[in-house]
Amino acid sequence: MSVVEPTLSETQLAAFRETLADGEIEYDGLAAEYDADEETYHIETPDQQTTVSADGLGTVTAEQAAYITNWYFYTQQLSTEVKQAFCQWLELADEHPVPDRYAALESGVDREWGQLKITTTLSEDGTRHYEVRHVDDSDAEAAALTTHTDPFDARDIGTLDADGRYRPLRTAPSLDTGWIFPDLAADEVYEAVEAFYPATVVNWYRERRGELDIDHWRDEQDRQSGIYNLITVLPDEAVDWAAAACCDDSQCLKRREWQLSEDEPLAAEGGDGVFPCREPCSMVVAAGRQWAKLEREDTQTYEFELTPTEKEQLEEIIDAVADDELDDIREADVKNGANRYRVRYLREKRFDEHGNLSGTPTHPEDHEDEGHEDDDHDEDADHD
Amino acid sequence: MIISPRTPTSEPKPEVPKAVPFLVIDMQSLVIVAHGSHLNPDSATPTHTHADTIRATGAFDEVRTGFWKEEPSLREVLRTARGDEIYVVPLFISEGYFTERVIPRELRLEGWDPALWESDGISADTATLVASDIDKEVHYCGPVGTHESMTDVLIRRGESVTGDPSVGDGFGFAVVGHGTERNENSAKAIEYHTERIRETGRFDEVKALYMDEEPEVDDVTEHFESEDIIVVPLFIADGFHTQEDIPEDMGLTDDYRNGYDVPATVDGHRIWYGGAVGTEELTADVILERAADAGADIGNAIERVRQQTKPTTGAAGD
Repeated sequence: MSVVEPTLSETQLAAFRETLADGEIEYDGLAAEYDADEETYHIETPDQQTTVSADGLGTVTAEQAAYITNWYFYTQQLSTEVKQAFCQWLELADEHPVPDRYAALESGVDREWGQLKITTTLSEDGTRHYEVRHVDDSDAEAAALTTHTDPFDARDIGTLDADGRYRPLRTAPSLDTGWIFPDLAADEVYEAVEAFYPATVVNWYRERRGELDIDHWRDEQDRQSGIYNLITVLPDEAVDWAAAACCDDSQCLKRREWQLSEDEPLAAEGGDGVFPCREPCSMVVAAGRQWAKLEREDTQTYEFELTPTEKEQLEEIIDAVADDELDDIREADVKNGANRYRVRYLREKRFDEHGNLSGTPTHPEDHEDEGHEDDDHDEDADHD
Repeated sequence: MIISPRTPTSEPKPEVPKAVPFLVIDMQSLVIVAHGSHLNPDSATPTHTHADTIRATGAFDEVRTGFWKEEPSLREVLRTARGDEIYVVPLFISEGYFTERVIPRELRLEGWDPALWESDGISADTATLVASDIDKEVHYCGPVGTHESMTDVLIRRGESVTGDPSVGDGFGFAVVGHGTERNENSAKAIEYHTERIRETGRFDEVKALYMDEEPEVDDVTEHFESEDIIVVPLFIADGFHTQEDIPEDMGLTDDYRNGYDVPATVDGHRIWYGGAVGTEELTADVILERAADAGADIGNAIERVRQQTKPTTGAAGD
């Protein structure tokens, strides 16, 4: 079935014998045991049963050898259950028996983890090899991409986006392209993914086992101290707006599992990501603190003089910023309300010398509009 | 494989499924926890650099990093560590709000009390507590900033910024701290290292200066007789304070965006400004010292890091 003809090395055979000396093996379609009286090994795979002497172990069929190399790779070469589970997921182990899997691995099995495309292939001894690249580089020639071999390089690749802007949220869908890890070992692919998307594999694993510990917004509120105590006053409806603003798939690739509380779901979409988000992250908390401050303001009725098109233009501008579309608006596309010339024109026409829209002061009672107060630049150093 | 001398014996080994015969050995994990930043990409750089340095020594089976503001978060970093013995070292300057309250809370250290460190503000050592996130004991160490070996890092920074491994004679040395704006032991750590540098007798004058209180770093030249003054902020990472505030306040530059000379001449003194001490490679050594003090078996890693991180300009340093 498979083009790869699995062969068992002396090391693999020795490990197989030693393990069976301690007890039977039952793993992923392989069942094997040692009969000490007869000094024979009984090997059972879905389609074959074999009983051989120690010398005969090296001559088992290719299919049985595949099951044994598969056992060896997963139990002897991977150091943790999390890595085992992740590598099995990468090759769709839940869906296909070993011979089919080995056939598929011949040409490579692709999976996506966030914006990563991870391709698993196989060598004759069952060792898996992993290639990692950006999903948007799926069709690129490997030679056209920058080659990396150290999995920890992923940390630097993920620090800045394509425009050189800092990515404080590693799971934002803004990973830069143009790089490739052509051949990582199992431990290395785990480390690379951990560096690109920290703690996502371990949380995904906990979720698969039904053990994901979710801390909802109210848990998060209760835990805060210092300047973040302020999020306790963020109104519940604002938490929904915050989740819609920050946790949408367009902003973060984690699938939000936290709600207002266990019994109070949020209306906002949680997203479809492979890996879960188990509690509001520090970005959401920091933004939530800012919104908590802003939500303390009372609304006020203003009167603005705008044409219907100008009112719609303001809405277009907000949409363009919120959806990060400013870079897509062509220089001369003056039909687009968020086009720079259109916005500059609006500013010329509708702002007074103090920057007030339609000449309407923000605080009419104060006359002088000081506008934008910002009492803290503490984001970088919240030490109180 | 390294066997830790302080293996807790009360804890049962995790049950290993029969068909998944992992080798049962005592693995050591080092977890470096730091502040990080939403705004400054360089904030985490020292943490990653020191983690890489220590990883290369092979003293630990794994080295993980966790952040207050970045990922993995302090909440989730322990679950990324698989060691039987886990040593958590805060890459922070002082004992205070973060090391005594935020980090233990976020790591979920059961029964934590700052009194467990029995510290006077600069003498924290280690406390071993169960982290409920992983239902396992971890060794929670004091911050790097108050460890005695941080003094060596300050001096090393003096050597690297002057390019002179025997720098001392004719030089003043200023250790710069934030000041008491925060209700922490920040100033204690500054005073502690200042005194230790002074005791070496290596520099003509050694003084503690502050950003927010007297004696202020703004007036650095008024506080020193020496023509040459080494100025090193006791900060972990370069950022707003060390790259913008302090250089401008000392008069090294009118606008930090234009950069500054090293040395820069101010009021007839040459100022050798070193930037945040935490970026000095030797800081990795302090992290190792903290873990070793908590019982980690790290072989000769400390000596190797000391050798490795010597400035390349140096011929015969201390």
